[in-house]
Amino acid sequence: MVVMKMKFPFQKRVKLAQGLWLLSWCATVAGATTFTLGCLLKTELRRRAEVMANTDIHIVPNTLMIVGLASLGINYFASKICQDALDAGRFPRWKNFLKPYFAVSCFFTVLMLLAIIMSYAMKGSLESSLKAGLRNGIRFYKDTDTPGRCFQKQNIDRLQMEFQCCGNNDFRDWFEIQWISNRYLDFSSTEVKNRIKSNVDGRYLVDGVPFSCCNPSSPRPCIQYRLTNNSAHYNYDYQTEELNIYLRGCREALVNYYMGLMNTIGAGVLSIFLLQGSVLVSLRFLQTAMEAVAGKENTEIETEGYLLEKGVKETVMEYLDPVLTFLLLKNKVQEGTAGETTTAPA
Amino acid sequence: MPFLSLKFNLQKRVKLAQGLWMLYWLAVIVGIILFSLGIFFKIELRKRSEIMDNNESHLVPNLLILVGMLSCGLNAFGGKLCHDSLDPQKFSKMKPMLRPYMLLCCGFNVLLLLLVLLSFLMQFAVYLTLAEGLKNAIRFYKDTDTPGRCFMKRTLDMTQIEFRCCGNNNFRDWFEVQWISNRYLDMSNDVVKDRVLSNVEGKYLMDSVPFSCCNPGSPRPCIQHHLTNNSAHYDYDHRTEELNIWNRGCRQAVFSYYSGIMNSIGALLIFTIVLEAGDVAGLKYLSTALETMADPENPECESEGWLLEKGFKETLADLLSKVKTFGRANQVEEGGASPDADAT
Repeated sequence: MVVMKMKFPFQKRVKLAQGLWLLSWCATVAGATTFTLGCLLKTELRRRAEVMANTDIHIVPNTLMIVGLASLGINYFASKICQDALDAGRFPRWKNFLKPYFAVSCFFTVLMLLAIIMSYAMKGSLESSLKAGLRNGIRFYKDTDTPGRCFQKQNIDRLQMEFQCCGNNDFRDWFEIQWISNRYLDFSSTEVKNRIKSNVDGRYLVDGVPFSCCNPSSPRPCIQYRLTNNSAHYNYDYQTEELNIYLRGCREALVNYYMGLMNTIGAGVLSIFLLQGSVLVSLRFLQTAMEAVAGKENTEIETEGYLLEKGVKETVMEYLDPVLTFLLLKNKVQEGTAGETTTAPA
Repeated sequence: MPFLSLKFNLQKRVKLAQGLWMLYWLAVIVGIILFSLGIFFKIELRKRSEIMDNNESHLVPNLLILVGMLSCGLNAFGGKLCHDSLDPQKFSKMKPMLRPYMLLCCGFNVLLLLLVLLSFLMQFAVYLTLAEGLKNAIRFYKDTDTPGRCFMKRTLDMTQIEFRCCGNNNFRDWFEVQWISNRYLDMSNDVVKDRVLSNVEGKYLMDSVPFSCCNPGSPRPCIQHHLTNNSAHYDYDHRTEELNIWNRGCRQAVFSYYSGIMNSIGALLIFTIVLEAGDVAGLKYLSTALETMADPENPECESEGWLLEKGFKETLADLLSKVKTFGRANQVEEGGASPDADAT
């Protein structure tokens, strides 16, 4: 049972070949674009690598880069094949190449679709990675003298200023950790001593935030310290004050930023996927239409083109058989079946 | 004796026309770059017009936009001229347009030269506008309730954060100005009252800076207030502390940014002048080579091309005499007008 049979007179074949040549060059450019988008995404993720606890999310840009490179090769061959297609003398040399070519192309095209799906599916992983990374970043904020953590303060400060956010979930995360290093605390002062003694772990906790949480849009100079104490500042009510510091948490800000980036890239890659799919379908039609011409004297006859010779399930099994026998999941020593698989037409 | 004359056969003429065509299209691309650079510069000036007192001169970007468009138009036309020049029919049609076109290109080059001078000299104007604008910006920092100045605080904060600078010359400019609005000062408080009374003009001055002066690269949390008081902070010496707040003044920082843009504009313009001059010279050679073909019907004959028909000094003398007779054209002298007609 043939899938999607279509009649191809000579003119239609010529037009198909020409259209396919143009399409395959567009798809080559699109493949380069996919690679570039993957590189862009990877660069953006690497820039904030210090606040991400793991690199699981990097699978999305890595897949995009692999698919981009593969599609360059796929479309290059597609253009070469369709150039030779109308020449009855040169087309037969591609005969043995086409079956594995289609298998590989379908695999990479499906991989493209998978990359798009992954970019949505990995939101949870990204969020938990950022949660852990930011928690550590805030904890090690004060350790500017510890090797390996010297730049944590600068990174967190720049992050908060750039993304207009404060803390992990919100600014209260700063109240729960000691973000002022002991090097800058005067231990002879009674106020400092009291505060440390009143804390179970001996930490100096304040209801204050670093300067990078300050919102420049606030009409009044920034109130950083004693945020929950209304009487410490004139005309101040911390429950209604909205513009003083950033209220948004950095995790939410970063997740929104990266999901926005991945959505935009996903939309682009989806259209590239459709383009690539149409290239492969057209090439298949051209191939099957030209095969019927092979060996005939009059090359201008009308032929039939189809997508799959057998039904979908049978074709899938046909391709999977060599893979499965390779993986030794199927017994191969059966004379009749082995002969059948090797003589199956492309 | 023609000035810088060269012999041309068919091959050389064709090559000249083709090379010149490419050069003209390169000039069109450079014109597009100039146009976009002009727009970019205009946007950058508008973005920070608040700290320049809304007083900044847009002469350079406006001229740059004009020059970019002119360059595109002129050079596209020049490219078309080159393309048509090798076809004798089309060439004879456009021959009368050549001389005015080349004069126009020379005028355009003079405009470019003027623009180069401007882009280097206007930097002084930018510097002065910045100095004045920043002084006012710091003064109006606290006026977030005055219409027209509501966003001065935000703009100045963002500028200090972006350019990593503090104050006009340096951070001490903040000590001379009241940057905390009276709305947020508790006038019933003794400390506040003392400070206000101790000042001649009744301003609340402090040795503090806004949070946007803070340097994120400092190993310790930012010290904004009581900057000159060593005993107010543990382990702090204001004379040796370098990383706490930005040491650079915003005037210097913003000026070097704009100066960089204007210098690169100047460099690109110089390149454009050289390119345009090459284009005009090439076109002159091509047109004279085509005009002096001994046998117009035979395209393969040799011809001579030159930059100027007479020598350099003679052409200059000719021009001067023309200018002199131009002034005297009103006086009706019969022989006076005719020598002009058969000049180059």
